[in-house]
Amino acid sequence: MNPLPPHLPDHPDRLWRSAEPKRSYDVVIVGGGGHGLATAYYLAKNHGITDVAVLERGWLAGGNMARNTTIIRSNYLWDESAGIYEHALKLWEGLEEDLGYPLLFSQRGVLNLAHSLQDVRESVRRVNANRLNGVDAEWLTPEQVKEVCPIVEISPDVRYPVLGATFQPRAGIAKHDYVAWGFARAAADLGVDMIEHCEVTGLDVRDGRVTGVRTTRGPIAAKKVALAAAGHSSVVAGFAGVALPLQSHPLQALVSELLEPVHPTVVMSNAVHVYVSQAHKGELVMGAGIDAANSYRQRGAFHIIERQMAAALELFPVFARAHVLRTWGGVVDVTPDASPVVGLTPVEDLYVNCGWGTGGFKATPGVGWCYAHTVATGEPHPLNAPFSLDRFTTGRLVDEHGAAAVAH
Amino acid sequence: MLLIACPWCGPRDEAEFHYGGQAHVAHPDDPAALSDEEWARYLFFRDNPKGLFAERWSHAAGCRRWFNAVRDTATNEIHAVYRVGEPRPVNS
Repeated sequence: MNPLPPHLPDHPDRLWRSAEPKRSYDVVIVGGGGHGLATAYYLAKNHGITDVAVLERGWLAGGNMARNTTIIRSNYLWDESAGIYEHALKLWEGLEEDLGYPLLFSQRGVLNLAHSLQDVRESVRRVNANRLNGVDAEWLTPEQVKEVCPIVEISPDVRYPVLGATFQPRAGIAKHDYVAWGFARAAADLGVDMIEHCEVTGLDVRDGRVTGVRTTRGPIAAKKVALAAAGHSSVVAGFAGVALPLQSHPLQALVSELLEPVHPTVVMSNAVHVYVSQAHKGELVMGAGIDAANSYRQRGAFHIIERQMAAALELFPVFARAHVLRTWGGVVDVTPDASPVVGLTPVEDLYVNCGWGTGGFKATPGVGWCYAHTVATGEPHPLNAPFSLDRFTTGRLVDEHGAAAVAH
Repeated sequence: MLLIACPWCGPRDEAEFHYGGQAHVAHPDDPAALSDEEWARYLFFRDNPKGLFAERWSHAAGCRRWFNAVRDTATNEIHAVYRVGEPRPVNS
Protein backbone atom coordinates (compact mmCIF):
# COMPACT_ATOMS: atom_id res chain seq x y z
CA MET A 1 0.00 0.00 0.00
CA ASN A 2 1.27 3.41 -0.87
CA PRO A 3 1.63 5.44 2.36
CA LEU A 4 1.55 8.73 0.44
CA PRO A 5 -1.70 10.42 -0.51
CA PRO A 6 -2.36 9.72 -4.20
CA HIS A 7 -2.16 13.36 -5.27
CA LEU A 8 1.55 13.66 -4.37
CA PRO A 9 4.13 12.87 -7.06
CA ASP A 10 6.58 10.02 -6.65
CA HIS A 11 10.00 10.73 -5.20
CA PRO A 12 12.33 11.75 -8.03
CA ASP A 13 14.98 9.25 -9.05
CA ARG A 14 17.96 9.13 -6.73
CA LEU A 15 21.08 10.58 -8.34
CA TRP A 16 23.24 7.85 -6.79
CA ARG A 17 22.67 4.82 -4.64
CA SER A 18 23.97 5.06 -1.08
CA ALA A 19 26.27 2.07 -0.55
CA GLU A 20 27.22 0.03 2.50
CA PRO A 21 31.00 -0.32 2.86
CA LYS A 22 32.43 -3.58 1.50
CA ARG A 23 35.37 -5.24 3.24
CA SER A 24 37.83 -4.26 0.54
CA TYR A 25 38.27 -2.12 -2.57
CA ASP A 26 40.89 -1.62 -5.25
CA VAL A 27 40.86 2.10 -4.48
CA VAL A 28 39.51 3.96 -1.47
CA ILE A 29 39.15 7.72 -1.90
CA VAL A 30 39.11 9.65 1.38
CA GLY A 31 36.88 12.69 0.96
CA GLY A 32 33.62 12.97 -0.95
CA GLY A 33 34.00 16.53 -2.16
CA GLY A 34 34.37 17.68 -5.73
CA HIS A 35 37.93 16.43 -6.11
CA GLY A 36 37.20 13.01 -4.61
CA LEU A 37 34.10 12.55 -6.76
CA ALA A 38 35.83 13.71 -9.95
CA THR A 39 38.74 11.38 -9.22
CA ALA A 40 36.35 8.47 -8.76
CA TYR A 41 34.60 9.30 -12.03
CA TYR A 42 37.80 9.46 -14.08
CA LEU A 43 39.24 6.33 -12.40
CA ALA A 44 36.18 4.48 -13.68
CA LYS A 45 35.82 6.22 -17.03
CA ASN A 46 39.43 6.68 -18.14
CA HIS A 47 41.08 3.73 -16.44
CA GLY A 48 38.33 1.13 -16.05
CA ILE A 49 38.87 0.96 -12.29
CA THR A 50 35.38 0.65 -10.81
CA ASP A 51 36.01 -1.21 -7.54
CA VAL A 52 36.22 2.19 -5.84
CA ALA A 53 34.74 3.63 -2.66
CA VAL A 54 34.40 7.33 -1.91
CA LEU A 55 34.36 7.78 1.88
CA GLU A 56 32.83 10.96 3.24
CA ARG A 57 32.59 11.80 6.93
CA GLY A 58 29.52 14.01 6.44
CA TRP A 59 27.30 14.08 3.39
CA LEU A 60 28.62 14.16 -0.15
CA ALA A 61 30.02 17.54 -1.16
CA GLY A 62 29.03 19.16 2.14
CA GLY A 63 32.47 20.62 2.89
CA ASN A 64 34.26 23.17 0.74
CA MET A 65 32.37 21.95 -2.34
CA ALA A 66 29.24 23.46 -0.76
CA ARG A 67 31.02 26.58 0.44
CA ASN A 68 33.08 27.95 -2.43
CA THR A 69 32.28 30.93 -4.65
CA THR A 70 32.22 28.78 -7.83
CA ILE A 71 34.72 30.82 -9.84
CA ILE A 72 36.37 29.03 -12.76
CA ARG A 73 39.39 30.45 -14.58
CA SER A 74 42.84 29.40 -15.77
CA ASN A 75 44.78 32.68 -15.95
CA TYR A 76 47.66 31.65 -13.72
CA LEU A 77 51.18 32.94 -14.18
CA TRP A 78 53.45 29.92 -14.38
CA ASP A 79 53.54 27.23 -17.06
CA GLU A 80 52.91 24.47 -14.52
CA SER A 81 49.74 26.14 -13.25
CA ALA A 82 48.51 27.12 -16.70
CA GLY A 83 48.90 23.45 -17.67
CA ILE A 84 46.62 21.98 -15.04
CA TYR A 85 44.11 24.84 -14.75
CA GLU A 86 43.71 25.18 -18.53
CA HIS A 87 43.26 21.41 -18.77
CA ALA A 88 40.50 21.81 -16.20
CA LEU A 89 38.88 24.69 -18.10
CA LYS A 90 38.86 22.67 -21.35
CA LEU A 91 37.16 19.83 -19.47
CA TRP A 92 34.63 22.27 -17.99
CA GLU A 93 33.76 23.33 -21.53
CA GLY A 94 32.54 19.82 -22.34
CA LEU A 95 31.54 18.63 -18.90
CA GLU A 96 27.76 19.01 -19.06
CA GLU A 97 27.71 16.81 -22.14
CA ASP A 98 30.21 14.36 -20.70
CA LEU A 99 28.33 13.92 -17.41
CA GLY A 100 24.91 14.20 -19.03
CA TYR A 101 23.94 16.64 -16.32
CA PRO A 102 23.28 20.41 -16.29
CA LEU A 103 25.92 22.36 -14.36
CA LEU A 104 24.84 25.95 -15.11
CA PHE A 105 28.34 26.46 -16.47
CA SER A 106 28.45 30.07 -17.63
CA GLN A 107 31.50 31.53 -19.37
CA ARG A 108 30.86 35.12 -18.40
CA GLY A 109 34.54 36.03 -18.06
CA VAL A 110 36.60 37.17 -15.11
CA LEU A 111 38.19 40.56 -14.45
CA ASN A 112 41.23 40.70 -12.17
CA LEU A 113 41.54 44.35 -11.21
CA ALA A 114 44.79 46.25 -10.87
CA HIS A 115 44.93 49.10 -8.34
CA SER A 116 48.59 50.14 -8.33
CA LEU A 117 51.45 50.49 -10.77
CA GLN A 118 52.89 47.25 -9.40
CA ASP A 119 49.53 45.52 -9.99
CA VAL A 120 49.49 46.87 -13.54
CA ARG A 121 52.96 45.55 -14.32
CA GLU A 122 52.26 42.13 -12.82
CA SER A 123 48.91 41.92 -14.58
CA VAL A 124 50.31 42.77 -18.01
CA ARG A 125 53.07 40.24 -17.43
CA ARG A 126 50.46 37.64 -16.53
CA VAL A 127 48.44 38.42 -19.66
CA ASN A 128 51.55 37.84 -21.77
CA ALA A 129 52.41 34.63 -19.92
CA ASN A 130 48.83 33.39 -20.34
CA ARG A 131 48.89 34.01 -24.09
CA LEU A 132 52.17 32.15 -24.47
CA ASN A 133 50.46 29.21 -22.77
CA GLY A 134 47.38 29.37 -25.02
CA VAL A 135 45.20 30.80 -22.25
CA ASP A 136 42.87 33.57 -23.43
CA ALA A 137 43.77 36.85 -21.75
CA GLU A 138 43.48 40.55 -22.45
CA TRP A 139 44.60 43.73 -20.72
CA LEU A 140 41.75 46.22 -20.34
CA THR A 141 41.86 49.93 -19.58
CA PRO A 142 39.50 51.28 -16.90
CA GLU A 143 37.06 52.38 -19.62
CA GLN A 144 37.09 48.90 -21.13
CA VAL A 145 36.53 47.45 -17.66
CA LYS A 146 33.45 49.65 -17.40
CA GLU A 147 32.19 48.32 -20.74
CA VAL A 148 32.49 44.71 -19.55
CA CYS A 149 31.03 45.43 -16.12
CA PRO A 150 29.14 48.76 -15.99
CA ILE A 151 28.62 48.73 -12.22
CA VAL A 152 32.34 48.90 -11.37
CA GLU A 153 33.41 52.28 -10.00
CA ILE A 154 36.38 53.50 -12.08
CA SER A 155 36.63 57.02 -10.70
CA PRO A 156 40.20 58.03 -9.80
CA ASP A 157 38.93 59.56 -6.55
CA VAL A 158 38.68 56.39 -4.50
CA ARG A 159 41.13 54.85 -2.08
CA TYR A 160 42.16 52.10 -4.52
CA PRO A 161 41.33 53.33 -8.02
CA VAL A 162 40.92 50.82 -10.84
CA LEU A 163 43.91 51.26 -13.15
CA GLY A 164 42.90 48.44 -15.44
CA ALA A 165 42.26 44.72 -15.36
CA THR A 166 43.13 41.42 -16.90
CA PHE A 167 40.18 39.77 -18.60
CA GLN A 168 39.76 36.09 -19.35
CA PRO A 169 36.55 35.77 -21.43
CA ARG A 170 36.41 31.94 -21.16
CA ALA A 171 36.37 32.06 -17.35
CA GLY A 172 33.08 31.95 -15.46
CA ILE A 173 31.05 30.16 -12.84
CA ALA A 174 29.14 26.90 -12.43
CA LYS A 175 26.60 25.65 -9.91
CA HIS A 176 28.81 23.89 -7.36
CA ASP A 177 26.15 21.48 -6.04
CA TYR A 178 25.23 20.39 -9.55
CA VAL A 179 28.90 19.73 -10.31
CA ALA A 180 29.17 17.44 -7.30
CA TRP A 181 25.90 15.70 -8.08
CA GLY A 182 26.85 15.29 -11.74
CA PHE A 183 30.15 13.63 -10.88
CA ALA A 184 28.58 11.51 -8.13
CA ARG A 185 25.79 10.29 -10.38
CA ALA A 186 28.13 9.49 -13.27
CA ALA A 187 30.64 7.72 -11.01
CA ALA A 188 27.93 5.71 -9.26
CA ASP A 189 26.54 4.67 -12.66
CA LEU A 190 29.98 3.25 -13.45
CA GLY A 191 29.97 1.20 -10.23
CA VAL A 192 31.64 3.46 -7.64
CA ASP A 193 30.33 3.14 -4.06
CA MET A 194 29.38 6.43 -2.37
CA ILE A 195 29.66 5.92 1.39
CA GLU A 196 28.50 8.83 3.49
CA HIS A 197 28.78 9.37 7.26
CA CYS A 198 31.94 7.29 7.23
CA GLU A 199 34.85 9.12 8.85
CA VAL A 200 38.37 7.80 8.39
CA THR A 201 40.01 7.43 11.80
CA GLY A 202 43.22 5.69 10.81
CA LEU A 203 45.36 4.37 7.97
CA ASP A 204 46.87 0.87 8.09
CA VAL A 205 50.48 0.90 6.95
CA ARG A 206 52.53 -2.29 6.79
CA ASP A 207 56.17 -2.38 5.61
CA GLY A 208 55.90 1.11 4.21
CA ARG A 209 52.76 0.29 2.22
CA VAL A 210 49.19 1.31 2.92
CA THR A 211 46.82 -1.64 3.21
CA GLY A 212 43.55 -0.07 4.23
CA VAL A 213 41.66 2.50 6.22
CA ARG A 214 39.96 2.40 9.60
CA THR A 215 36.64 4.17 9.72
CA THR A 216 33.72 4.88 12.02
CA ARG A 217 31.94 2.15 10.05
CA GLY A 218 34.68 -0.44 10.46
CA PRO A 219 37.96 -1.27 8.73
CA ILE A 220 38.14 -1.32 4.93
CA ALA A 221 41.04 -2.94 3.09
CA ALA A 222 42.37 -1.14 0.02
CA LYS A 223 45.03 -1.77 -2.59
CA LYS A 224 45.40 1.97 -2.97
CA VAL A 225 44.27 4.92 -0.88
CA ALA A 226 43.80 8.37 -2.42
CA LEU A 227 43.47 11.29 -0.01
CA ALA A 228 41.26 14.19 -1.05
CA ALA A 229 40.41 15.64 2.34
CA ALA A 230 41.06 19.36 1.72
CA GLY A 231 41.22 21.22 5.06
CA HIS A 232 41.65 17.98 7.01
CA SER A 233 44.49 16.64 4.85
CA SER A 234 47.11 17.15 7.57
CA VAL A 235 45.01 15.14 10.02
CA VAL A 236 44.37 12.25 7.63
CA ALA A 237 47.92 12.07 6.22
CA GLY A 238 49.16 12.19 9.80
CA PHE A 239 47.52 8.78 10.38
CA ALA A 240 50.24 7.36 8.11
CA GLY A 241 52.99 9.54 9.53
CA VAL A 242 53.13 11.70 6.38
CA ALA A 243 53.83 15.37 7.09
CA LEU A 244 52.42 17.90 4.63
CA PRO A 245 53.44 21.57 4.27
CA LEU A 246 49.92 22.78 5.01
CA GLN A 247 48.22 25.21 7.33
CA SER A 248 44.44 25.00 7.71
CA HIS A 249 42.56 28.30 7.81
CA PRO A 250 38.93 29.39 7.74
CA LEU A 251 37.88 31.06 4.49
CA GLN A 252 34.66 33.04 4.54
CA ALA A 253 32.11 33.94 1.91
CA LEU A 254 28.67 35.47 1.85
CA VAL A 255 25.64 36.03 -0.34
CA SER A 256 23.20 38.91 -0.61
CA GLU A 257 19.47 38.66 -0.96
CA LEU A 258 18.18 37.86 -4.46
CA LEU A 259 18.57 40.82 -6.79
CA GLU A 260 17.79 41.63 -10.40
CA PRO A 261 20.68 40.81 -12.73
CA VAL A 262 23.18 43.65 -12.27
CA HIS A 263 26.56 41.96 -12.46
CA PRO A 264 27.35 40.33 -15.80
CA THR A 265 30.80 38.88 -15.09
CA VAL A 266 33.16 37.92 -12.25
CA VAL A 267 35.28 40.62 -10.63
CA MET A 268 38.27 39.84 -8.44
CA SER A 269 40.61 42.18 -6.65
CA ASN A 270 43.57 40.87 -4.71
CA ALA A 271 44.53 44.30 -3.47
CA VAL A 272 41.25 44.98 -1.70
CA HIS A 273 40.55 41.33 -0.85
CA VAL A 274 37.24 40.66 -2.48
CA TYR A 275 35.76 38.73 -5.37
CA VAL A 276 32.20 39.05 -6.59
CA SER A 277 29.85 37.40 -9.03
CA GLN A 278 26.09 37.08 -9.27
CA ALA A 279 24.59 33.62 -9.11
CA HIS A 280 21.95 32.54 -11.60
CA LYS A 281 19.32 32.80 -8.88
CA GLY A 282 20.30 36.42 -8.26
CA GLU A 283 22.40 36.47 -5.10
CA LEU A 284 25.62 38.42 -5.16
CA VAL A 285 28.29 35.92 -4.14
CA MET A 286 31.34 37.38 -2.44
CA GLY A 287 34.46 35.79 -1.06
CA ALA A 288 36.96 37.18 1.41
CA GLY A 289 40.56 36.44 2.25
CA ILE A 290 41.45 33.72 4.74
CA ASP A 291 41.36 34.30 8.47
CA ALA A 292 45.00 34.62 9.55
CA ALA A 293 44.98 32.15 12.44
CA ASN A 294 44.98 28.39 11.87
CA SER A 295 41.63 26.83 12.67
CA TYR A 296 39.47 23.85 11.80
CA ARG A 297 36.27 25.68 12.68
CA GLN A 298 34.04 26.37 9.70
CA ARG A 299 33.53 29.97 10.68
CA GLY A 300 35.67 33.07 10.77
CA ALA A 301 35.94 36.46 12.42
CA PHE A 302 33.50 39.24 11.61
CA HIS A 303 36.13 41.89 10.98
CA ILE A 304 37.19 39.94 7.87
CA ILE A 305 33.63 40.19 6.51
CA GLU A 306 33.51 43.85 7.43
CA ARG A 307 36.69 44.62 5.45
CA GLN A 308 35.44 42.56 2.55
CA MET A 309 32.16 44.48 2.45
CA ALA A 310 34.00 47.80 2.65
CA ALA A 311 36.14 46.76 -0.31
CA ALA A 312 33.10 45.56 -2.27
CA LEU A 313 31.22 48.80 -1.61
CA GLU A 314 34.06 50.92 -2.87
CA LEU A 315 34.24 48.93 -6.09
CA PHE A 316 30.45 48.64 -6.44
CA PRO A 317 28.66 51.62 -4.86
CA VAL A 318 25.40 50.18 -6.25
CA PHE A 319 25.60 47.41 -3.60
CA ALA A 320 25.11 49.93 -0.76
CA ARG A 321 21.47 49.02 -0.17
CA ALA A 322 21.85 45.27 -0.64
CA HIS A 323 21.39 43.10 2.42
CA VAL A 324 23.62 40.26 3.45
CA LEU A 325 21.56 37.10 3.53
CA ARG A 326 24.04 34.55 4.80
CA THR A 327 27.72 34.23 5.68
CA TRP A 328 29.66 31.02 6.22
CA GLY A 329 33.16 29.58 6.35
CA GLY A 330 35.07 26.56 5.16
CA VAL A 331 38.45 25.16 6.16
CA VAL A 332 41.10 25.49 3.46
CA ASP A 333 44.57 23.93 3.37
CA VAL A 334 47.17 26.45 2.32
CA THR A 335 50.70 25.68 1.08
CA PRO A 336 53.76 27.95 1.29
CA ASP A 337 53.75 28.61 -2.49
CA ALA A 338 49.95 28.84 -3.00
CA SER A 339 50.08 25.83 -5.31
CA PRO A 340 48.60 22.40 -4.62
CA VAL A 341 50.29 19.13 -3.70
CA VAL A 342 49.21 16.27 -5.97
CA GLY A 343 51.03 12.99 -6.27
CA LEU A 344 52.83 10.21 -4.48
CA THR A 345 53.73 10.09 -0.78
CA PRO A 346 56.60 8.37 1.04
CA VAL A 347 54.10 5.59 1.84
CA GLU A 348 53.60 3.19 -1.06
CA ASP A 349 50.12 3.11 -2.64
CA LEU A 350 49.10 6.18 -0.62
CA TYR A 351 48.43 9.24 -2.77
CA VAL A 352 47.75 12.80 -1.80
CA ASN A 353 45.76 15.63 -3.35
CA CYS A 354 45.68 18.70 -1.12
CA GLY A 355 46.89 22.24 -0.69
CA TRP A 356 44.42 23.79 -3.14
CA GLY A 357 43.91 26.49 -0.54
CA THR A 358 41.31 29.00 -1.57
CA GLY A 359 40.91 27.86 -5.17
CA GLY A 360 40.24 24.15 -5.61
CA PHE A 361 36.78 24.35 -7.18
CA LYS A 362 37.93 25.57 -10.61
CA ALA A 363 40.37 22.67 -10.85
CA THR A 364 37.78 19.98 -10.06
CA PRO A 365 37.63 18.15 -13.43
CA GLY A 366 41.31 18.76 -14.22
CA VAL A 367 42.63 17.45 -10.93
CA GLY A 368 40.18 14.55 -10.99
CA TRP A 369 41.53 13.58 -14.41
CA CYS A 370 45.21 13.88 -13.40
CA TYR A 371 44.86 12.43 -9.90
CA ALA A 372 42.99 9.42 -11.30
CA HIS A 373 45.89 8.87 -13.71
CA THR A 374 48.36 9.15 -10.84
CA VAL A 375 46.48 6.64 -8.70
CA ALA A 376 45.78 4.23 -11.56
CA THR A 377 49.31 4.10 -12.94
CA GLY A 378 51.34 4.82 -9.80
CA GLU A 379 53.08 7.63 -11.73
CA PRO A 380 52.21 11.32 -11.68
CA HIS A 381 50.33 12.61 -14.73
CA PRO A 382 52.63 15.07 -16.58
CA LEU A 383 50.31 17.92 -15.59
CA ASN A 384 50.54 17.23 -11.85
CA ALA A 385 54.18 16.08 -11.79
CA PRO A 386 55.35 19.66 -11.02
CA PHE A 387 53.09 19.66 -7.94
CA SER A 388 54.82 16.78 -6.16
CA LEU A 389 55.51 16.86 -2.44
CA ASP A 390 59.28 16.83 -3.01
CA ARG A 391 59.30 20.29 -4.62
CA PHE A 392 59.66 21.68 -1.11
CA THR A 393 62.95 19.80 -0.80
CA THR A 394 64.26 20.48 -4.30
CA GLY A 395 63.20 24.11 -4.05
CA ARG A 396 61.30 23.96 -7.35
CA LEU A 397 58.31 25.85 -5.98
CA VAL A 398 55.43 27.09 -8.14
CA ASP A 399 54.85 30.50 -6.60
CA GLU A 400 51.32 31.57 -7.48
CA HIS A 401 50.79 34.16 -4.76
CA GLY A 402 50.40 36.82 -7.43
CA ALA A 403 47.60 34.99 -9.23
CA ALA A 404 46.17 33.19 -6.30
CA ALA A 405 47.01 34.25 -2.78
CA VAL A 406 43.87 35.98 -1.64
CA ALA A 407 41.34 35.62 -4.37
CA HIS A 408 42.19 32.26 -5.82
CA MET B 1 36.06 36.97 16.64
CA LEU B 2 38.57 35.90 19.25
CA LEU B 3 39.07 37.64 22.56
CA ILE B 4 42.80 37.39 23.18
CA ALA B 5 44.41 38.15 26.53
CA CYS B 6 47.63 40.02 25.79
CA PRO B 7 50.02 39.22 28.68
CA TRP B 8 50.69 42.96 29.05
CA CYS B 9 47.42 44.66 28.09
CA GLY B 10 44.75 42.16 29.04
CA PRO B 11 41.84 40.91 26.94
CA ARG B 12 41.52 42.63 23.57
CA ASP B 13 39.69 42.10 20.32
CA GLU B 14 41.33 39.82 17.72
CA ALA B 15 41.37 42.70 15.22
CA GLU B 16 44.15 44.34 17.30
CA PHE B 17 46.49 41.41 16.80
CA HIS B 18 48.78 40.07 14.11
CA TYR B 19 49.22 36.33 13.75
CA GLY B 20 52.64 34.70 13.72
CA GLY B 21 52.01 31.00 13.20
CA GLN B 22 53.56 28.14 15.13
CA ALA B 23 55.57 29.04 18.23
CA HIS B 24 58.83 27.50 19.43
CA VAL B 25 60.34 26.93 15.97
CA ALA B 26 64.03 27.46 16.57
CA HIS B 27 66.36 28.64 13.83
CA PRO B 28 68.84 25.79 13.15
CA ASP B 29 72.17 26.23 14.95
CA ASP B 30 74.15 25.46 11.81
CA PRO B 31 71.97 25.77 8.70
CA ALA B 32 74.81 24.83 6.37
CA ALA B 33 75.09 21.46 8.08
CA LEU B 34 71.47 20.51 7.33
CA SER B 35 70.45 18.19 4.53
CA ASP B 36 68.02 19.55 1.94
CA GLU B 37 65.33 17.48 3.62
CA GLU B 38 66.04 19.00 7.05
CA TRP B 39 66.21 22.51 5.63
CA ALA B 40 62.87 21.99 3.86
CA ARG B 41 61.36 20.85 7.17
CA TYR B 42 62.55 24.00 8.88
CA LEU B 43 61.54 26.31 6.06
CA PHE B 44 58.19 24.97 4.84
CA PHE B 45 56.70 22.47 7.30
CA ARG B 46 54.77 23.57 10.37
CA ASP B 47 52.53 21.61 12.67
CA ASN B 48 48.87 21.81 11.67
CA PRO B 49 47.04 19.98 14.46
CA LYS B 50 43.31 19.80 14.95
CA GLY B 51 43.56 20.45 18.67
CA LEU B 52 46.01 22.27 20.94
CA PHE B 53 48.46 24.50 19.07
CA ALA B 54 51.17 26.75 20.50
CA GLU B 55 51.26 29.88 18.34
CA ARG B 56 52.66 33.40 18.21
CA TRP B 57 50.66 36.62 18.30
CA SER B 58 51.74 40.23 18.19
CA HIS B 59 49.60 42.93 19.80
CA ALA B 60 50.07 45.05 16.67
CA ALA B 61 47.50 47.76 17.53
CA GLY B 62 48.41 47.80 21.22
CA CYS B 63 51.75 47.32 22.97
CA ARG B 64 53.27 45.87 19.77
CA ARG B 65 54.89 43.03 21.71
CA TRP B 66 54.99 39.39 20.67
CA PHE B 67 53.75 36.62 22.92
CA ASN B 68 52.63 33.01 22.68
CA ALA B 69 49.26 31.37 23.14
CA VAL B 70 48.00 27.81 23.31
CA ARG B 71 44.71 27.58 21.40
CA ASP B 72 42.54 24.64 20.45
CA THR B 73 42.14 24.86 16.67
CA ALA B 74 39.05 22.64 16.81
CA THR B 75 37.17 25.02 19.14
CA ASN B 76 39.22 28.27 19.02
CA GLU B 77 39.31 28.20 22.85
CA ILE B 78 42.50 29.80 24.19
CA HIS B 79 43.95 27.70 27.00
CA ALA B 80 46.95 29.82 27.93
CA VAL B 81 48.90 32.93 27.00
CA TYR B 82 52.54 33.40 28.01
CA ARG B 83 55.46 35.66 27.29
CA VAL B 84 58.17 34.99 24.74
CA GLY B 85 61.00 33.03 26.35
CA GLU B 86 58.71 31.23 28.76
CA PRO B 87 58.18 27.52 28.18
CA ARG B 88 54.86 26.23 26.89
CA PRO B 89 52.69 25.70 29.96
CA VAL B 90 52.18 22.09 30.90
CA ASN B 91 48.60 20.80 30.81
CA SER B 92 47.84 22.92 27.77
